[in-house]
Amino acid sequence: MATKSLLARQKLMAKAEEQLKYLSGGIFKDELPTFKHQLKNIEEFPLQPKSLEILQLNLGYMCNQVCEHCHVDAGPDRKEIMTKETMMQCLEVIKTTKAHTLDLTGGAPEMNPNFRWFVEEAALLGVKDFIVRSNLTIIRANKKFYDLPEFFKTHNVHVVSSMPHWTKGKTDKQRGSGVFDTSIKVLQDLNAIGYGMPNSKLKLDLVYNPSGAFLPSSQEALEMDFKQALRDDFNIEFNHLFTITNLPISRYLDYLIASDNYEDYMYKLVEAYNPAAVKNVMCRNTLSVSWDGWLYDCDFNQMLEMKVQSPIQHIKDYNEEQLQKRHIRVSQHCYGCTAGAGSSCQGSVV
Amino acid sequence: MSDPYYDPKDLRKFPKITEWSSELGDKFFDYYGKVFEKGALSEREKSLIALAVSHVVKCPYCIDAYTQDGLQRGITKEEMMEAVHAGAAIESGATLVHATQMMKKYDKLSH
Repeated sequence: MATKSLLARQKLMAKAEEQLKYLSGGIFKDELPTFKHQLKNIEEFPLQPKSLEILQLNLGYMCNQVCEHCHVDAGPDRKEIMTKETMMQCLEVIKTTKAHTLDLTGGAPEMNPNFRWFVEEAALLGVKDFIVRSNLTIIRANKKFYDLPEFFKTHNVHVVSSMPHWTKGKTDKQRGSGVFDTSIKVLQDLNAIGYGMPNSKLKLDLVYNPSGAFLPSSQEALEMDFKQALRDDFNIEFNHLFTITNLPISRYLDYLIASDNYEDYMYKLVEAYNPAAVKNVMCRNTLSVSWDGWLYDCDFNQMLEMKVQSPIQHIKDYNEEQLQKRHIRVSQHCYGCTAGAGSSCQGSVV
Repeated sequence: MSDPYYDPKDLRKFPKITEWSSELGDKFFDYYGKVFEKGALSEREKSLIALAVSHVVKCPYCIDAYTQDGLQRGITKEEMMEAVHAGAAIESGATLVHATQMMKKYDKLSH
């Protein structure tokens, strides 16, 4: 398993333009329809936003893990971190936005040196659902993070954590040696203070994304399997499981190409294309803010450096009304959000 | 082998069999879809049965399809291998149980 990001290894697929070139060529030249073509068929092109519901902030690409399929290409060697100045600009936006959900992601957002200050400030602004996407292991990575569960509880943070499987082997293969055992310990710690427990207002959700070149099965069925296994084996409770399809970008795209799975995977995504999922894709109700304040339709477009198609492109110039008039930018990676029951940072959408 | 008899890509063409016989093809796919819906058995259990049978009938397309289906459902490799052994045990048992026929015939023909 690699211990450095694609960027640090100077791999071709670390570059957004190379990824977009790959996704537009090959089988999408003459064999498979482009995503834009599919949208035209259902008269949804250009794709337009609905009311803004979720503001997702990427606090930086630094992470203590180097997961095999990370779409951010995050890792310990990534130094991109949101500054306090950009955070203050975000707080100004949170005061006025119509979005009901604030979603902090990374990398490991907790590694941002101003993370706690930002959570304290943002929590005062009355956001209905305040999500932190925690990889769990960061809480045990250093003593200074040990009290994070209590910190989350104090600020009524909704914790969302990745868990690719209920077995050690599959989890460690995707996320690194020892990740499963540490994740289990942290989940037990979170349960102990009320997270994910029945009748508790402290929400703990898990995110499943397949550990290989296949699509997720039914979210409902997998949630039942996860709940039963984690309860039986480790006495762990959680609220919901979100299934997320791996989008063919960054490290996952690199893996698909290297393992000779790219073509089959894209066929699977296109065959599983569900027009009904287009109605609810997350880019229609979400805005993604990068560590340096640029605005994107989603976290995936952020990684492909596809800024919003709007005169307003940076958080410092934020104008929600103007941004709602934009056309959402798409490419073939978008098939990942419309396969089967659809996929988003909040799980399936159909 | 540059031009294998079994090409994995041909699995994608499976639905095309209806083009030469739509009535029978459609009936088959309707039946197939219905069989794998959740019933007295879960979809997960049916997937493991399908994987075992795929090996017994030695269908490379089916093995590809139900290995992937199992992965999608979170089925572990240990569960998959146990299912294949269950199929293999029945298949080898079916061979060995015919040994009773051999024994019966042997005894009848011998002093």
